[in-house]
Amino acid sequence: MEVTSFVPALAVAIPAIASILILVFRHHECIREGWTVIASFATLATVLSLLPSVLSGNEPGFTLLEILPGLSISFRADAFALIFALTSSSLWVMNSFYSIGYMRAHKEHGLTRYFFCFAVAISAALGIAFSADLLTMFIFYEILTLSTYPLVVHAETEDARRAGRKYIAYLLTAGIFFLFSVLVTYFLTRGTAFLPGGILTGHGSEALLTLLFITFLIGFAKAAWMPLHSWLPTAMIAPTPVSALLHAVAVVKAGVFGIARVAFYIFGIDLLSVLRLGLLLGIIASFTIIVASMMALTQDNLKKRLAYSTISQLSYILLGIALLTPSGIIAALIHIPFHAFMKITLFFAAGSVIIMTGIENISEMKGIGRQMPLTMLMFAIGAIGICGLPPVCGIITKWYLALGAIEAHQMLFLLVIISSSILNVLYFMPIIYTAFFEKPAEDRGIREAPLFMLVPLCITGIGSVLLFFFPDWPFMSLVKIAVGVITGEVIP
Amino acid sequence: MIETFFQSLFLRYNYYMAVIIMLIGLYAMIAKSNLIKKIIGLNIFQTAIFLFYISSSEVTGGTAPILMSDPGTVYVNPLPHVLILTAIVVAVSTTAVALALIIRIYETYGTIEEDELLVQEEKT
Amino acid sequence: MIPDHLTILIVIIPLLGAYTTLLAGWVKRRFCFPIAMVTICIQFCISLALLYQVMKTGPLHYNLGNWLPPWGIEYVIDPLNGFVLVVLLFLSLLCCMYSKRSIVAEIEEKKIVGFYTVFLLLVAGVCGIAVTGDLFNLYVFLEISSLAAYALVASGREKKALFASFNYLIMGSVSACFILIGIGHLYIATGTLNMADLARLLPPLYGSPLIQSAFIFFIVGLSIKTALFPLHLWLPDAYSYAPSAVSALIATVMSKMGVYALIRILFTVFTPAFIIMEIPIMELFCWIAAIAIIVGSVLAITQTDLKMMLAYSSISQMGYILLGIGIANSVAMTGGILHILNHAVMKGCLFMVAGAIIYATGLRTIDDLKGISRTMPLTAAAFFIAAASMIGIPPTVGFMSKWFIALGALESGQWFFVVIILASSLLTAIYFWRVFEYMYFREPDMARQAAVAGANDPPASMLVPILILAAACILCGIFVAVPLEVIEPSVTRLLGGN
Repeated sequence: MEVTSFVPALAVAIPAIASILILVFRHHECIREGWTVIASFATLATVLSLLPSVLSGNEPGFTLLEILPGLSISFRADAFALIFALTSSSLWVMNSFYSIGYMRAHKEHGLTRYFFCFAVAISAALGIAFSADLLTMFIFYEILTLSTYPLVVHAETEDARRAGRKYIAYLLTAGIFFLFSVLVTYFLTRGTAFLPGGILTGHGSEALLTLLFITFLIGFAKAAWMPLHSWLPTAMIAPTPVSALLHAVAVVKAGVFGIARVAFYIFGIDLLSVLRLGLLLGIIASFTIIVASMMALTQDNLKKRLAYSTISQLSYILLGIALLTPSGIIAALIHIPFHAFMKITLFFAAGSVIIMTGIENISEMKGIGRQMPLTMLMFAIGAIGICGLPPVCGIITKWYLALGAIEAHQMLFLLVIISSSILNVLYFMPIIYTAFFEKPAEDRGIREAPLFMLVPLCITGIGSVLLFFFPDWPFMSLVKIAVGVITGEVIP
Repeated sequence: MIETFFQSLFLRYNYYMAVIIMLIGLYAMIAKSNLIKKIIGLNIFQTAIFLFYISSSEVTGGTAPILMSDPGTVYVNPLPHVLILTAIVVAVSTTAVALALIIRIYETYGTIEEDELLVQEEKT
Repeated sequence: MIPDHLTILIVIIPLLGAYTTLLAGWVKRRFCFPIAMVTICIQFCISLALLYQVMKTGPLHYNLGNWLPPWGIEYVIDPLNGFVLVVLLFLSLLCCMYSKRSIVAEIEEKKIVGFYTVFLLLVAGVCGIAVTGDLFNLYVFLEISSLAAYALVASGREKKALFASFNYLIMGSVSACFILIGIGHLYIATGTLNMADLARLLPPLYGSPLIQSAFIFFIVGLSIKTALFPLHLWLPDAYSYAPSAVSALIATVMSKMGVYALIRILFTVFTPAFIIMEIPIMELFCWIAAIAIIVGSVLAITQTDLKMMLAYSSISQMGYILLGIGIANSVAMTGGILHILNHAVMKGCLFMVAGAIIYATGLRTIDDLKGISRTMPLTAAAFFIAAASMIGIPPTVGFMSKWFIALGALESGQWFFVVIILASSLLTAIYFWRVFEYMYFREPDMARQAAVAGANDPPASMLVPILILAAACILCGIFVAVPLEVIEPSVTRLLGGN
């Protein structure tokens, strides 16, 4: 049920306002960082305040302004949106503390710009989550691109600038394709609002709609599907907290979230299956899952390996969407928060290792698990989760994904899921083995990271385990409502 | 076809003359490298247009448009004359601005030949 | 009493202002700036009043000297020129404010009196073009503003500006001559110079070669004035070597005036029936505009001088406006006319920023801008916003006009132009991103360190216009409904509805 409420826009506005405050207090380190922390808590509280209403089936939202009939800037918090928003905002809290610890320990420069852009990026991510139509989503999508660019180029070295150029080239080009798709959608339907069941049915020829879906996919290059993935490993040159929250959660999830939104709320399941676009997406996703996992195997740089793992995991979500069955969609949606929690743990751990030892390559991490036991324990939890083993939440995704593949009678996809699990084990276990079972070269007096970094790491790590035991609160409940809305079936 | 062409050539020779003068002016503007000559070309071009206007106002047997007591008098159309008075003012102003520019160009570069100017510009 | 005469006052006031400035300048040089400011301020208020009046009661007609049209000269204000007037006077106002400090370094002190006099003459000419409903009058005002522009371009200390201005003058005069010939043809054919009257008398004559050649003369003449590719050769030098305040003024006000005149001639004098049905000229227009968009962007990418890059980008952006007009359905036209506002706002801001950097550091090549954001943060931020708007990133204004033009192209089934518009966004991104990266993410070169480190945001009289325009880039994008309220009726009128 639609309810008029400004709260979704408030959640978008809080980080935006915080970003201005960060600029204003640029000369006072503590106040500036204080604003980041306060804003992250305030944002989380705002998003949480939406939860009861959404869980009871409401969809609070409102239209900010209508530019043309059917073309407006509007916000809506349905269950689907809340999954992404809650993930981003809760992890932002963790990441704020971690950022402060990391950036201080690293004695980084340009912190005002860093925290400013970070807040803007979060605001944009929440904007994407809560957007109720394509235009609003596009606006925030572009803001997200622009605001993350300075974070990628943060080091201001030649390498960083080159990475930044690649990053912006990929994502702005994608933005153009997105714009084209929005334009064509508006041209066909005179509307851009997200409606369950889609708005495109009955408009345009089959060829045009297929083209439209492909341009939408290219537009969402932020989902890092192959062969449009190569900006993501390049972006790993950014400081680790950026890689952790933005390039494992907010930015890339914005991509898959967008694809899911478009697939279910613009095209609709029926239209997709009539046009056999699910199959197309499924093939792209399967290809990405397998190839990215293999490429992860060859990476010695830990962050790069995690990046390829992210690429592969994102395509799990795409595969779930592509199956077009209730279980598949559950898998897709639930993987958004689950993967976020697990991957951020991995990145936090990797960042801690980099800060405390300066080591970035896996081959040099011999025995690091003995010197930083807690950090590497959390890393192991994340890794186990990604591999899909209990007792970490990752297995739930795989379970539903496999179920979805069977429901859709796509045994090929089932094979992809199984073989990718094996690949996951292959690229994660060596790290754990090196860290725990090989002897360190010499004792370099390495300690655990400062508490600012260690505590968030432990919280997300333990959170990944807790999500296995209590998936229902709140993510699975939201997912069930969302899938119910999308498929029109009641999900038990 | 040819017949009509010649007919129009003799009946409307004034327009053809205007076009020829116009082309002479245009040629000077493009081909001459001396800036003053370019401006002279511009003036020729403008003059051709003035002639074109003025000759279009001619009415056979017409007299100057000054009110006569005889109601049967045929007048030439006065409006183009008036328009051209204004256009002449515009042309004079254009020439003035152009000459002023040329003086300053001469002061700065020491030449008003276009090719030499381009050589000097490339050096800086 | 006075309200009836607002239409003519908008032309008379700057003329009076120009002579007052000249006289006051004899007494004391520093009187010039306030007089010019007050004059343009009054005009701006009048233009707002006129627009309000037009929107409330419909087009205003004013007969000069009480001579009835078509014999006398008639001034007409409809939504289109009401809108254009407001935009142009707003930009003139900001440019005037900006010029106060920016010309100090660029123009010799004794020329300041002349500068403001000519500045006001240009504004008078531009306003005249906007309000007149008479073809010959249009020509005269076009020449007044052009002559003023030639003088302003050459007014600075920059040597190269002289030759640039001379070339501008030659091209401008040729174009004016073409327009004059075109007017002559129409007068010979119909015996009238009043636009509305012409539109009424022309239809039976549409087949006549006289009318068609008149049309060609108009198109060529106005294409030179608007620097439509490939007749743009005078533009880059003139824009980039002129003093910064003048660059901002002519890049926004003068170029828009050419476009306005083109729209008037195409749609009001010749009417859509002629340009769409009789000669398929609009199709050709679209293609030329598309080439201009791409070539302008590509040439902009190759430039090393910031102002030169902006000048080439103008060629590309004029292509957008003409593409919108060329597609000639109501959505694309809305986009094209909206882009008149948008491009004025964005390009004004960018040229002012370029000028501010020259003012503060004396640097003008893109390579020299490294690290400038640290010492001139607000200027750099304004540049970023305006550049984002040029690229067409929402929610800035640039996005909205691209949206409308592309949607219009889709509606008329011309998918190719949609691709052109989107591809050119990428090209635009390339040349602006380079500047952006240099400004924000690089250390200055050794040789430039002192200049960059010693720089500051420019004084308030320069900074305020820059920031106003940067803010306008965003505000007009979000509240695009406000300009659309004026643009939509004007598009309907142009396309022949009521």
